[in-house]
Amino acid sequence: MLTGHQTWVFETKPTIIASAAVGGPYEAKGPLAPDFDLLHGDIRLGQDSFEKAEQKLQEQACETAIKKAKLKKEDVQFLLSGDLINQIVPSSFSARTLAIPYLGLYGACSTSMEGLSLASLLIESKFAKKALVCVSSHNAASEKQYRYPTEYGSQKPPSAQWTVTGSGAALVSDKGEGPKVTASTIGRVIDMGLSDPFNMGAAMAPAAVDTLEAHFRDLNRDPSYYDLIATGDLGRVGHKIAGDLLKKHGLNIPEEILTDCGILIYNKDQPVVMSGGSGCGCCAVTTFGHFLNRMRKGELKKILVVATGALLSPMSYQQKESIPSIAHAVSIEI
Amino acid sequence: MSIKKKKELSPTQQEYQQFAQEREPKRPIVLNCIKAFIVGGLICTFGQVLQMFFIKYFHFSKESAGNPAMAVIIIITVILTGFGVFDHIAQFAGAGTVVPITGFANTIASAAIEHRSEGYVLGVGGNMFKLAGPVIVYGVFSAFVVSLVVVSLRALGVM
Repeated sequence: MLTGHQTWVFETKPTIIASAAVGGPYEAKGPLAPDFDLLHGDIRLGQDSFEKAEQKLQEQACETAIKKAKLKKEDVQFLLSGDLINQIVPSSFSARTLAIPYLGLYGACSTSMEGLSLASLLIESKFAKKALVCVSSHNAASEKQYRYPTEYGSQKPPSAQWTVTGSGAALVSDKGEGPKVTASTIGRVIDMGLSDPFNMGAAMAPAAVDTLEAHFRDLNRDPSYYDLIATGDLGRVGHKIAGDLLKKHGLNIPEEILTDCGILIYNKDQPVVMSGGSGCGCCAVTTFGHFLNRMRKGELKKILVVATGALLSPMSYQQKESIPSIAHAVSIEI
Repeated sequence: MSIKKKKELSPTQQEYQQFAQEREPKRPIVLNCIKAFIVGGLICTFGQVLQMFFIKYFHFSKESAGNPAMAVIIIITVILTGFGVFDHIAQFAGAGTVVPITGFANTIASAAIEHRSEGYVLGVGGNMFKLAGPVIVYGVFSAFVVSLVVVSLRALGVM
């Protein structure tokens, strides 16, 4: 049901009956390694291209999630997936393998929560009984497309981020046990005129703040309602900016509950990670792996995940366009 | 950012950019310069050693010894790029590895490796000079302009 201006409240409480996270070698060295279902030592996953490796990541995440729910892929009515590669081919190709009716999504790094919102909407409206959400990103495939060749030696500034190699999947169902999706706030596109692709945290922070404000305004809720509020991939730089911007706007979120997936996924001393993780996979593996595991263990009861996305393309950047950003917030409770 | 572009921004955007800038870590420019100076200097010293080596043992002239020395540095760079080490050195060294011939060799080798999956013709062949292309285009063009200036100055009897 539409509540306020841009928030959906799910009355039937769509349930995440199973979730899976698959990661690459850098993620395996990070602090969240125990929360992954599958970790790969080889960035290519034994495939002959990075793009195929990303497709493999998605297939494994989807298959693991379905298997964990003790279901068959025929039991799932719809697959909603997305990634960062041109024309979202890894998603479409893995949908070909899975042969589940498929809706391709693109919301840059916000796709995970865009997908979860839409899947919950399908369940809520009874247009589906089981819907699978899957998103992925691959470090080398994204670097190749958005920036420079992976082996190119350029010096990155401290605000640069490291695209996560990983895929997260969540199976949303009309009934069953598990964390429940209770509300989601769909964000607006915000553009503050920033244009540095090596500083996406600063470009995305205002979008996260805008969506958070909308969420608490629409639901007339206080931030203390949640045990944890996590932004998608702002990194250390964007996290600080978002935190200060929230305070400036008069929304006081206690520092201990406000965190960022891009900060959590890597250790601070991991080389080349710089400001933190980014990419669709960042928010997906942290939420569908780490956070949901903590909820199932009872460590967290109510969380709000705000996936942030930078809606740029290599061409828009070369044409000197600024970076428009978006953020979608999903509230998950157990 | 240029002044013209800044004028197009709304006051809210300008205010936010100021706000964000105050919270961003700055590039450590002085430290980066020192690192670039040391690494770049070491590479050039190594190049000089190679040059002396070729003059002494292979009887190259002072002018022509630069070519095999550069070739050796290029080969070493390409090997390091192939093993995935070069980008880590470059993150430390910055301009120290970009400015010498190592930077140029790396752009070509890295692009060639990266686009291997699209085949030898359209992938490797078509993308190899993706990063190095502009250097060649504007390098050749500016050499042409400079030579025109020199020729016309000579014709006028200035030089």
